[in-house]
Amino acid sequence: MGEGGEAMSMTTYDLQVNGRRKSVTVDPSTPLLWVLREDLKMTGTKYGCGIGACGACTVHLGGVATRSCVVPIALVGGRSITTIEGMGRDPVGRVVQDAWVEKDVVQCGYCQSGQIMSVVALLKSNRKPTDTNIEESLGGNLCRCGTYVRIREAVKRAAEKLA
Amino acid sequence: MLQFSLVILLAADAAGLAAWEKIHSVLTSPRCINCHTATNYPQQGDDRHRHFANVIRGKQDKGVIALSCATCHQAKNADSTGLPGAHNWQLAPLSMKWQDLNDRPLPSAEICRSVKSHLDGPHLVKHHEEEALVLWAWNPGRRPDGTMRTLPPLTHAEFVEATRQWVKAGRPCP
Repeated sequence: MGEGGEAMSMTTYDLQVNGRRKSVTVDPSTPLLWVLREDLKMTGTKYGCGIGACGACTVHLGGVATRSCVVPIALVGGRSITTIEGMGRDPVGRVVQDAWVEKDVVQCGYCQSGQIMSVVALLKSNRKPTDTNIEESLGGNLCRCGTYVRIREAVKRAAEKLA
Repeated sequence: MLQFSLVILLAADAAGLAAWEKIHSVLTSPRCINCHTATNYPQQGDDRHRHFANVIRGKQDKGVIALSCATCHQAKNADSTGLPGAHNWQLAPLSMKWQDLNDRPLPSAEICRSVKSHLDGPHLVKHHEEEALVLWAWNPGRRPDGTMRTLPPLTHAEFVEATRQWVKAGRPCP
């Protein structure tokens, strides 16, 4: 079904993903997450809940941290898409990933790409986040392993490096 | 003559109050009041429960960085995923709260005074006629289970007409 509830045909979309042009032909109602994972084979972005509640699928859409599982490809428009695969080339993303390794944040790791995408969005806007800022901004990124304490340490370490 | 004028004034006031109650019925419907909270979070659903995912108001009523309204809500409804959307999705400012801190709607008279203090008559009519988030209430899209969200108790045309009548009557409050 399309966004208006009507049957829709396959449509071709030209996307800007991590600075590169990609073209996909999909049903307009397909969530961005599945376009990334199934059509573009970029599996770093994870499926968690499918309703925007866990944060595992977080990407940046036009620079805004966005839950890709709930955004149909038809609503992406011309906005650039940045995924965890693009973080190694991002100045803030690189620092955050290094801090993640330094603080040995990851346990199972499933939620971590979403965590990092949210943290990068936070640090691009706020270079000195308080504990409250961190808790509020990451409040929608769940970690079933409970790595929250190390996540907070890593965010602060990344902020120190970026200062 | 004085008595006759008084009767006319009272009749106009009664018509204005009746129009206000129609407006009030819309403002306190879930599609509207869920984002006119007095707390630091929005609500969702017809039971007006707290928004999931730890969403909070933020300083500009649009959530916080990395967990803003735009983290999920786009410029249009996303019916395939059940996410409502409209241009500039956000909470109403706290100064326009229509609830108390226990998530109960404020008395009609308080909401009436709040509405009056924020917009003059012409701007209120325009707001109710054209504002994207107001219009969304009559095009709220599908829930994640595919069913349609419920609508306010009046049609949009009836709502705008009630607003016009209330403004014409001098915006009386209960």
